Amino acid sequence: MSEEHEKNYLDNGEGFRSWFFTVDHKRIGVMYLWAIGVFFIIAAIASFLLRAEHLTPGQTIVSADTYNVLFTLHGSMMVFLFIVPGVAASFGNFLIPLMIGAKDVIFPKLNLYSFWLYLAGALIFMIALAAPADTGWTFYTPYSIETGANVILITFGIFVLGFSSILTGINFIVTMHKLRAPGMTWDRLPLFCWAAYATSLLQVLATPVVGITLLLLIGERYFGLGFFDPARGGDPVMFQHFFWFYSHPAVYIMILPAMGIISEIMPVFARKPIFGYKAIAYASLAIALISFLVWGHHMFVSGQSKLINVIFSVITYAVAVPTAIKVFNWLWTLYKGSIELSTAMLYSLAFIFLFTIGGLTGLFLGALAADVHLHDTYFVVAHMHYVMIGGTVFGFFAALHFWYAKMWGRMFDEFKAKIAFVLIFIGFNVIFFPQFIMGTLGMPRRYFNYAPEFQSLHQLSTYGTWIGAVGFILMLWTLMRPLPGKAPGNPYKSLSLEWSMDSPPGTFNFDEIPTITEPVYNYGTKIEEES
Amino acid sequence: MGIFAITGKIIKSIAYPSEMVPSIEEDDGHHHFDPVTEHESAKLGMWLFLATELLLFGGLFAAYAIYRAKYPEMFMDGSKSLDVVLGSVNTVILIFSSLTVAIAVKAIQENRIRLVKVMLWVTIICAAIFAVNKYFEYTYKFSKGIFPGTDIFYSIYFAATGVHMLHVFIGMAVLGILLRKVYKGKYNKENYTAIEIGGLYWHLVDLIWIYLFPLLYLVG
Amino acid sequence: MDNHGSYKSLINIWLFLMFLTVITVGAAQFDFGILNVPIALFIASIKAGVVAYHFMHLKHEDGLTWIYATYPIFLLFLLISFTATDMFSRVIN
Repeated sequence: MSEEHEKNYLDNGEGFRSWFFTVDHKRIGVMYLWAIGVFFIIAAIASFLLRAEHLTPGQTIVSADTYNVLFTLHGSMMVFLFIVPGVAASFGNFLIPLMIGAKDVIFPKLNLYSFWLYLAGALIFMIALAAPADTGWTFYTPYSIETGANVILITFGIFVLGFSSILTGINFIVTMHKLRAPGMTWDRLPLFCWAAYATSLLQVLATPVVGITLLLLIGERYFGLGFFDPARGGDPVMFQHFFWFYSHPAVYIMILPAMGIISEIMPVFARKPIFGYKAIAYASLAIALISFLVWGHHMFVSGQSKLINVIFSVITYAVAVPTAIKVFNWLWTLYKGSIELSTAMLYSLAFIFLFTIGGLTGLFLGALAADVHLHDTYFVVAHMHYVMIGGTVFGFFAALHFWYAKMWGRMFDEFKAKIAFVLIFIGFNVIFFPQFIMGTLGMPRRYFNYAPEFQSLHQLSTYGTWIGAVGFILMLWTLMRPLPGKAPGNPYKSLSLEWSMDSPPGTFNFDEIPTITEPVYNYGTKIEEES
Repeated sequence: MGIFAITGKIIKSIAYPSEMVPSIEEDDGHHHFDPVTEHESAKLGMWLFLATELLLFGGLFAAYAIYRAKYPEMFMDGSKSLDVVLGSVNTVILIFSSLTVAIAVKAIQENRIRLVKVMLWVTIICAAIFAVNKYFEYTYKFSKGIFPGTDIFYSIYFAATGVHMLHVFIGMAVLGILLRKVYKGKYNKENYTAIEIGGLYWHLVDLIWIYLFPLLYLVG
Repeated sequence: MDNHGSYKSLINIWLFLMFLTVITVGAAQFDFGILNVPIALFIASIKAGVVAYHFMHLKHEDGLTWIYATYPIFLLFLLISFTATDMFSRVIN
């Protein structure tokens, strides 16, 4: 027994079988991390090629058809294989049981099956690349019905991925209801868990609708069902309704876990209790609820009725409120804190800055009159990337650095990681800020060609990808080569439960289920006494 | 068959969260949560899954609602062409099978294993009769040249009953697996979670049909 | 681990469901005009409610299960009502 307890989860068994058939939530989380990492890199390479294509108007390196395929590949892979399952499944799996004081998630086997389903979906998705789709990641009808590309296989892959995401969501919700350690009341629950709960809620309740939508799209191609085909009395806009009924909440599936990460990191490096714990926690739930009411703002110029346009536009403003509440609370957490600029903290601060830009430009787009001008331009592209990269991916990178010690039991070179951060931050802004300008000037998205007057801005944007790529490679290099020596259990003097054990944790997390007696973010009082 | 195997495994993994995959050898009970928590969690998990099933059919119900309002005549005519007698028979069969599953759940709680076996058999046979009826209904439609895509009504009819039919098959597979395990003596009054949540799934199949039947067959 | 009701009550519930089925089919023989669908849906909802409440033991479940059992219905309502609002408030030329 005692010997086993000294083994950590990484040492406990080696070889393919010990990973692929494990039910240990930490190992499953790590496997997700590897998988989404691989897909992130593939999709990022696609975007790198897309940007390189735009160095000159007309053909630079790829043909127009290849360009269409590349942006579909980039979009659908980033969305369905990286960012939707991404942070929730990897860090969610790794952290939730540790944070709530449980030995595993409630359905460990189901957790493993979810991962297998994810791999199966990804596999189908990759097979579909043999005849790659050129529809964009949204698969809008009627083009997706007519195109000769392999839409059926790719949508079926996404259907399977959705199944995986639903099962993970169910697992997390039940885990957080039933397996919290004694004393871990809802108002002591770490904010990452609150965010993961809201995420799971969306995964469970929104994903089935896109499931049936994609099934109907497949039926449309096989049988000519006609639901989305005006020639048969159907309505293509209905596809968009069904699609965005899922895909708008999915936007919050992508961003909420990152918000949770920021809420964890902020108080540790500001050495202050998080400001407005309850406000942040309930804001997560509020986002989960309101996000079901705003999907139509993606469709302002799709022929939707004016009445419903106005309704959706108004509600869109409502969903900005809980998001803004979070941002203000994070800022207030920093106020008069003793801030330590660790790499994780830098990414978190960058998150707030970039996410605010992304969020505010979202409000421009939510305004009907402005949207008519900006819709389907690079402004939307820039907005979306400021939220998804500036938000989610920066949050993801923050988590990679912050929980690095816990996950791998080693430390990394902070200095190199900070240089990588600076490069990524600059690169990101150089890529996407010019796109705001191009968008307002009328450069449409998803176009192979462009007018010559956009060339300098396009080139600037492309140079940004080079800076960003260097930064990203440096980050990977740093993280792949940890410093010698074992990491301490709690290098950042965090108070939350996952840091109370060795790094990396043992296979069964806790020798004894702990009893929680105080709030998680009690910084500023207890730490000083101890040290 | 893949989808049935997967579904069976999923149901099993919800019902027996603590069963381990062999590769972690040193399972000295670490992954066993206490039985009450497991039972409660399994039920909650299943209800969440049923919520997703409801929303999966939700897309079809939404399409029905909108196109019915848009083409009332087409829906009237189409609805009249469906076989009300066969539909009614299927409704009775499905509701009866819901009863038998409910009795099976009750019986296992009282350790009346023989009754459980009979009831599960009856349920599966009911499901099979339902499927056979549906087969005749479909082939009759095909023989009259009516296919998915003939018009919007028939598209909804085939899509909705088809997806429902898929659930009937999955339900049959789940009940079959449960039945086999009953024969192996795996369940008793201390341990019946799998039968209970398998039963929940079967009730959902019934619930969906309760709506599909009047909406498709009757409101003509 | 709960153990509620009796076989007899289960059968009574089933008889009630059969009765409602007869009513549904019977009601469909008359034309209530615009009320056809609401009446059918109303009876179906009673049946569904009875199945969920008794057969699926919702009567013994806690508030949380009730929330997750009913919330999707609300979402379905949202999906239908917003989409329908769009479809039927479009001005065509």
